[in-house]
Amino acid sequence: MMRAVRLSDLSKTFRTGFWGARGHCALDRVSLDVPQGAVLGYLGPNGAGKTTTFRLLLQLVHPTSGAAEILGRPVGDPAVRHRVGFLPEGARFYDSCTAEEFLVYVAGLFGYPAAERRQRAALQLDRVGIGAERRRRLGTYSRGMLQRVGIAQALLNDPEVLFLDEPMTGLDPLGRSDVRNLILALRNEGRTVWISSHVLSEAEAVCSHVAILNRGRLAVAGSIADLDLDVRGWELVVAGVGESQLAACGIADRRVTSIADGRHVIDLPLEQPPERVVVELARRGARIVSLNPRHETLEDYFLRRVHEDA
Amino acid sequence: MSVVATIARHVLRDAVRNRVLHGATLLGVGMIGAAPVAGRLAAGQDVKLVKDLGLAAIELTGLFVAVFMGIRLLAREIEHRTLDAVLSKPIRRHQFVLGQFGGLVAALALALAVMAIGMYVVLAAAAWWVEDTVLAPAPAAPVVDPALLKAVVLTFVQLAVVAAAALCFSTVASPAVAAASTCGFYVICHFGGELRNLGSVVDSRFAASLAAGLSYVLPDLASFDVKAAVVHAQPVTVGYMALTAGSGAAYVLAFLVLALAVFAKRDLT
Repeated sequence: MMRAVRLSDLSKTFRTGFWGARGHCALDRVSLDVPQGAVLGYLGPNGAGKTTTFRLLLQLVHPTSGAAEILGRPVGDPAVRHRVGFLPEGARFYDSCTAEEFLVYVAGLFGYPAAERRQRAALQLDRVGIGAERRRRLGTYSRGMLQRVGIAQALLNDPEVLFLDEPMTGLDPLGRSDVRNLILALRNEGRTVWISSHVLSEAEAVCSHVAILNRGRLAVAGSIADLDLDVRGWELVVAGVGESQLAACGIADRRVTSIADGRHVIDLPLEQPPERVVVELARRGARIVSLNPRHETLEDYFLRRVHEDA
Repeated sequence: MSVVATIARHVLRDAVRNRVLHGATLLGVGMIGAAPVAGRLAAGQDVKLVKDLGLAAIELTGLFVAVFMGIRLLAREIEHRTLDAVLSKPIRRHQFVLGQFGGLVAALALALAVMAIGMYVVLAAAAWWVEDTVLAPAPAAPVVDPALLKAVVLTFVQLAVVAAAALCFSTVASPAVAAASTCGFYVICHFGGELRNLGSVVDSRFAASLAAGLSYVLPDLASFDVKAAVVHAQPVTVGYMALTAGSGAAYVLAFLVLALAVFAKRDLT
């Protein structure tokens, strides 16, 4: 699979103190390949270096060492910017502009002709659900609406690679759902989306890949399917038995959820071997529908890795 | 080039909608409008005072616009993180700075034009309506004198230098420090002659040499001030205008090159 983004030993140390004598290492030799078409969840606690990574990729800050490539070209190549979109975290944009004017302005930065600027602006505002409010000044917008405008400006050039820094910030549940659907739509279109997020459940819902950053270092990276998620227990689905028979097998009521067609979902703890329960239930005439391991959530995994790293 | 123009247009539109700048320009026009009242108090000096006060109001208000906008433009873009979105587009940092400066200068020109029109309206009204006016125009100077525009034009060039300096300072310093530096720059540059002669009033040779050195490096903003000359109908030649405007343009260029060099290297955090 082609690489969309590559980081090679990328480091950034900010000079601090009055004379810049002290250094703060925000990113420490991070190497990462993001395949084309992936939705990467870039996770990490505050100050882990997530935003610094985006800033390095967009050349808003200069690396101390290492290199980065987007779509096979160095990040300094202006042609690359025609193919990427970026949503900065918590941007306010221009209070005196309307959403429409702002997007037309941004389209002008790409050099599109005047008619196309308006067309692209209208299309993306429709896409993020900004209706008649597009003629209102941005200074009157709520945080969530500004976030939608931010996403619209990031999509304006139909980018192949999209960097979204905390895209769920400030959004209500409906807004989150819209953004989640948008990201899934972008994934289906084959675009690469790189999201930094604190909302791990959201990341888990949309991401195909994950990278966890802690104190400027990459703790783990890979596809979600390949993560060594701990098994926290088992989920057994059976049919053809009653609750009394389940109880006779030593399965507590609180672990059983009845679902349709006389089936039951049994939540088995890790310490209770599923083989023995399966044999016992089968002996009592139960039909085994499925048995699956129950993994820790991405949030559990994230916390475990961060604590291990600490 | 079109990207620079796009950014400049955007900055100008933002400035036109800025209430502080509206207020400053209206205050300037108000000062010009009130000038005839002051003229009445100084018997026989009506027109001269309108001209003096009008040109002074234009310069002061323009100075406020140049400093206020010059120091805020970049700082606000960084603070609001708008710059992150804008610079992630296919534009170069130098295009962004040039566009910002273009918009700033256009806003400055607009503010000065509005005030100059206000001044001419007041002068025309003074000449037309005030029958008992003890008009005492400076010798040979008409009341509505096109030569006043020479002072307005050189004031504009002077303020463009100040705006470029403000933009340059704002690439390295906080808005407060940039504002203080720009105001200090404006004051020092109006006293070039005094700096050159500092040796005659201070004992320190180092201080005298430093002041003299500065006077040769910094622009002599006093040379842009032809207000008194035009009010008193003294000639301000086209050659002088061209030379002074040319030197102003050279300083603008120098400040912009410095600002671009610093901004290109700066980490935007």
